[in-house]
Amino acid sequence: MLRVEDLDVWFGHPPERVDAVKSACFAVRPGESFGLVGESGSGKSTILRAIAGLIDSWSGRIEVAGAAVAGRRRSRGFHKTVQMVFQDPYASLHPRHSVDRVLSETLRLQGMDRIDARTARLLDQVGLGRGFRFRYPHQLSGGQRQRVAIARALAAEPKLLLLDEPTSALDVSVQAEILNLLADLRRDRGLTYVMVSHDLAVVAHMCDRLAVMRQGRIVEKMDAARLRAGAAQSDYARALIAASAGYLRQG
Amino acid sequence: MNPLLSVRNLRVAFPTRSGRFEAVRGVSFDLGRERLGMVGESGSGKTMTGRAILGLVRPPGEVAADRLELGGEPILNLPESRLRRLRGARISMVMQDPRFSLNPVMTVGRQIMEGYRLHTGTSRAQARDKALEMLAAVQIRDPERVFDAYPHEVSGGMGQRIMIAMMLAPDPEILIADEPTSALDVSVRNEVLRILDRLVRDRGMGLIFVSHDLNLVAQFCDRVLIMYAGRVVEELPARDLHAARHPYTRGLLDSLPRLDRPVRRLAVLQRQPDWRDAPPEGTP
Repeated sequence: MLRVEDLDVWFGHPPERVDAVKSACFAVRPGESFGLVGESGSGKSTILRAIAGLIDSWSGRIEVAGAAVAGRRRSRGFHKTVQMVFQDPYASLHPRHSVDRVLSETLRLQGMDRIDARTARLLDQVGLGRGFRFRYPHQLSGGQRQRVAIARALAAEPKLLLLDEPTSALDVSVQAEILNLLADLRRDRGLTYVMVSHDLAVVAHMCDRLAVMRQGRIVEKMDAARLRAGAAQSDYARALIAASAGYLRQG
Repeated sequence: MNPLLSVRNLRVAFPTRSGRFEAVRGVSFDLGRERLGMVGESGSGKTMTGRAILGLVRPPGEVAADRLELGGEPILNLPESRLRRLRGARISMVMQDPRFSLNPVMTVGRQIMEGYRLHTGTSRAQARDKALEMLAAVQIRDPERVFDAYPHEVSGGMGQRIMIAMMLAPDPEILIADEPTSALDVSVRNEVLRILDRLVRDRGMGLIFVSHDLNLVAQFCDRVLIMYAGRVVEELPARDLHAARHPYTRGLLDSLPRLDRPVRRLAVLQRQPDWRDAPPEGTP
């Protein structure tokens, strides 16, 4: 579904050039859920943004459903296949557009028919009743906004969802609801996920396999069982898992 | 012995267009020389409780309590001039995000010195020594360099350690830390916690640790208050948090994915209307 080879991403020009991602390689099978984990600045979100076409300073190869992409240009077909959900539901929705407008505009852009019926169905699919259709973002809680953002991503009937810390801004009880929703959608629609998170427990719950990143490089790839067992091979991944397990009091 | 801080029936309310909103509805606790965790979701009133103790609730917000005492002295609704002498000197607060609480156009060193001199009236040279000593105390490796740096030149984790250094320079009896590690990476988080831990142990400081992270509070604190809708719904020793009885606390714990306990589906919290007013769990 997705193949990334020798991906380099940089920002700025020498001598101030920053290499945010260095020769990253990974592949994600159709229907699989793949996690990218690491600390802030490790380059995990940058990989998603390069795939989505939000960054043009990259080299290497990105292939989605067998077709290579270039620079920032993405075809109409690409956006029908790939959609992204961002971390902050407060920032990713236009404050003066109603839920109805957000969804119907997206559907129209994707060239869909029966806009009205599809908008209603999208709301059902993300567990928001019809009553939410004419509300504005400030009338929604964080979890409800993230549901709208997921509905917007689903409008194109994509195959691959890029999820950038989709629950980091939410309370734990709301996080559980959104993670359950994402798991249901993947199962029901055979979606493929690439999920970025700093929370190893969330990634272990949601993903089949994952890559641990540090300073722009993928230091290790493993499956979720290995992560749960704390059986990473590299020192860095082991240290990250140990630190995530929490704080050990002394004395 | 008197507790460092004693709070009885603390209430905070704001008038809104749709009526009075009660953000804190009768919170009571005593704080000794310990790490007291205060957990709950957004809107549960935990931050507002901390702000009310420090006298940081601005009008039209109203603060009331049957008792609010610092070392036996009433501090409720003191005039601003007297509060200024308490804040920083005897009781301090570290906020979640250092990017919003440090002055962006003043060097780190000058900011630490300013607060310290205000409360102690020492000379510039003494204040400088103290600032460097505090930066070293929070494990900053090159205090001289950081002293002359501006906030945008340091990382988030270092910014948070600078905040802690600044708050602790006047040697307060109580520190209220509001989500001090939520914006930090795990490795830095554990370092900041170690610093706070040592301060409680070595200086006998009282720490109120406000957090939404139940596992972290269970590991780090001595005692925990669980807040819901402006009230304490349960109080228990931190090591017993995983055996909590209140359905809200249980619901929060169960909704967390865990590395050591795979589940097919995460439990979803079902909120009950009576949690708002039932007496807290663990009280006679």
